[in-house]
Amino acid sequence: MNEIKKIAYNCHQATLLIEKKQLTKLSLREKFELKLHLSGCSVCRVFQQQSMLINKLVKSYAAAKKEETLDEAYKKKLQEQIDNKLI
Amino acid sequence: MQDKPADIASKAAHATSPREWVSNYADYLFNYAISRISDQELAKDLVQETFLAALEKISSFEGRSAEKTWLTAILKHKIIDVYRKRSSGVLNTSNHIQEESVHEFFNSEDGHWKVDHRPMEFSRSADDPLLAKEFRLSLRRCMDKLPNLWLAVFTMKHMDDLETEMICTELNVTPANFWVIIHRCKLNLRSCLQKNWV
Repeated sequence: MNEIKKIAYNCHQATLLIEKKQLTKLSLREKFELKLHLSGCSVCRVFQQQSMLINKLVKSYAAAKKEETLDEAYKKKLQEQIDNKLI
Repeated sequence: MQDKPADIASKAAHATSPREWVSNYADYLFNYAISRISDQELAKDLVQETFLAALEKISSFEGRSAEKTWLTAILKHKIIDVYRKRSSGVLNTSNHIQEESVHEFFNSEDGHWKVDHRPMEFSRSADDPLLAKEFRLSLRRCMDKLPNLWLAVFTMKHMDDLETEMICTELNVTPANFWVIIHRCKLNLRSCLQKNWV
């Protein structure tokens, strides 16, 4: 198998590059490899789209939305601990 | 101790008032911890430890950042400690897992997707606001299935946006392995979502 063909068929490598691309800068060669692969591989295009969606949602999850609240008894305990330390 | 906040306030834009920490930040910090370690009891402990540690070093709070940012940074370090503890001891075994199980998804000869692991379009849109919460729950459940070390790497990178070098040092992972783990996490998560979401 020649070099180009290896790239064109290697979804393992392409999906790794998709992950890298979202977190760092790819080299020119890597960019070329990925572009070439994606132009011919619809399965990896779906992977890329879903990978980006997952990253976006994980980021939004990180924003720590106020969904859970600490129970009042525990808060009271924390408050007492702090007040005691401040005396 | 009581005079400190006032002193600081006079010098800097931000002041600190520990008596209001619980009412102002306890829930925020609790949620912050839960989204990263998904363990309610541990999250509660970490909020407590954060407040106590903050009190200890309250003199180092110089008002350069907002109080909330300062407290969050303390919590962040405590969460990294949890990751480190959870991941230690499994380093060697998990390295083996990575090498072997990537062939679960791809043919070893040519690196092509195995037929039954090919990604397919999700049939339900995750962008639909009505489904967003449900999707997030599925995602969380899938994340919790990842091995501890992988989850630590994935969370530190994707949620906390930390430098790759720092993650590698903290978790004792080589840069090559870092990418293997990032890759495997996504393959697993995506596949898990496909099964549980579509």
